[in-house]
Amino acid sequence: MTYTTAIFYFFAAILVFAGLRVITARNPVHAALFLVLAFFTAAGLWMLLEAEFLAITLVLVYVGAVMVLFLFVVMMLDINLDRLREGFWDYLPIAGFVSVLLMIEMALILGSRHFGLEVMGTPAPRAADYSNTKALGRLLYTDYVYAFELAAVILLVAIVAAIALTLRRRKDSKYIDPAEQVKVKRNDRLRIVKMQSTPKRGTGEGGA
Amino acid sequence: MENMGMDWDAIQTVVWTLVKIVVLVVPLMLGVAYLTYAERKIIGWMQVRIGPNRVGFQGLLQPIADAVKLLMKEIIIPSGANKGLFILGPILVIAPALAAWAVIPFTDTLVLANINAGLLYVMAITSMGVYGVIIAGWASNSKYAFLGAMRSAAQIVSYEIAMGFALVGVLMAAQSLNLIDIVQGQAGGAHHWYFIPLFPLFLVYLIAGVAETNRAPFDVAEGESEIVAGFHVEYSGMAFAVFFLAEYANMILVATLTALMFLGGWLSPVTLLPDGIVWLLLKTGFVLFLFLWFRATFPRYRYDQIMRLGWKVFIPITIVWIAVVGGMMQTPYGYLFH
Repeated sequence: MTYTTAIFYFFAAILVFAGLRVITARNPVHAALFLVLAFFTAAGLWMLLEAEFLAITLVLVYVGAVMVLFLFVVMMLDINLDRLREGFWDYLPIAGFVSVLLMIEMALILGSRHFGLEVMGTPAPRAADYSNTKALGRLLYTDYVYAFELAAVILLVAIVAAIALTLRRRKDSKYIDPAEQVKVKRNDRLRIVKMQSTPKRGTGEGGA
Repeated sequence: MENMGMDWDAIQTVVWTLVKIVVLVVPLMLGVAYLTYAERKIIGWMQVRIGPNRVGFQGLLQPIADAVKLLMKEIIIPSGANKGLFILGPILVIAPALAAWAVIPFTDTLVLANINAGLLYVMAITSMGVYGVIIAGWASNSKYAFLGAMRSAAQIVSYEIAMGFALVGVLMAAQSLNLIDIVQGQAGGAHHWYFIPLFPLFLVYLIAGVAETNRAPFDVAEGESEIVAGFHVEYSGMAFAVFFLAEYANMILVATLTALMFLGGWLSPVTLLPDGIVWLLLKTGFVLFLFLWFRATFPRYRYDQIMRLGWKVFIPITIVWIAVVGGMMQTPYGYLFH
């Protein structure tokens, strides 16, 4: 067993363990943290496949941003596990159907004669100065530019839709406009009232 | 037998790498210790005080005394805390703060791991630091700690975007993600450094760096006057000290990255003088001084102001400047942006 294979089995074991804990952990925050571990380990596996750009982006996007927001929400929610478990038997048929479908899909790829190791062969390892990022960028912006731009537009539409669905403008809500604040001049806020320091003789209320 | 040989090679690589890590981390920890001393001295001078001056000559042994004191203290784990995660919190804060140093080059050749996607690696690893803060705040099972963690999470996620976009400008100018290539792209004197063509991005990166490290004036996550000490209010002894080590290690990291990407790294400002690690240390020191200066000068931002600055000011600035750099590269004046 070479060093690389040993690392692979080490990472794979952690990944399977973390994946199992995501669905078995009773505490939702623990489950979310195990999902973070699963993502991070998967990134390690991708690194072994020389896909350094994908591996680092997985950490950057999913671990660094998506899961932070996920954790944020899970921590704020008051999740009652007993109520979540109530519908277990009702959902079982659908869940079973989905998992059977997943297994069939996996078997098609992993077990078939067309994608097996003897057919595909091991790709030759690249030289150390080969830039995965550059190669991926070149492919995305030349060969697959239409698909890439299409995906970008769909994401943009999704962003706009999400904002449009949740944006509610209340007329009575108050907010600060910094531009207005900066524009304010002294005369808008301050009025100097000239008063005599001593009351005039004879006119004062309580005088003499 | 051949496999045995490969294993022996692997073991040798691991041991040699461990030695290099120690050689990197020990000076870093010393730097952290004396950065706290520098901070107290400099802010003391700015506020017409003396600062620490009792332990050792001019108070030079003060960081050592502080470290010993913290080591001797008991680590208290609150009875309502989630014990495992409570201990994991500080570890997850310090680990990324140290791991990011793996790809930082100090000269052309002095680097632990010279990888192609160095800049991406730094961004990915530093984005992990927020987990320690969130976990520490949540596992403490305390309102103040939780509030601090929530504030910190929102702030770090917001400023990471602006920071990432600022780095996109740098990699466009350098046309590489490799940190050594980025520095070498700035060769030829101070007027070739990227802070001139990328000046808006330089400012955004510097300020977002202050916010990322939760330093004043963006220190709402700690906010002593509102939420006591924020996410680490329940920590004591070394567990508390680890948060501080991480904060200062992150400060040095951001300062070093600023020096590498915008101020020419180890390159000397005039071509007559030789390049060397001294220049990098000087530039890093200058940026660190700015950090301390900010803290002594500015009052803490209000929370909505922080969010506005991050989302409505910095992100638009970076996007506009990326478009400007991209557009200018297509014109005859493109050489100005390389």
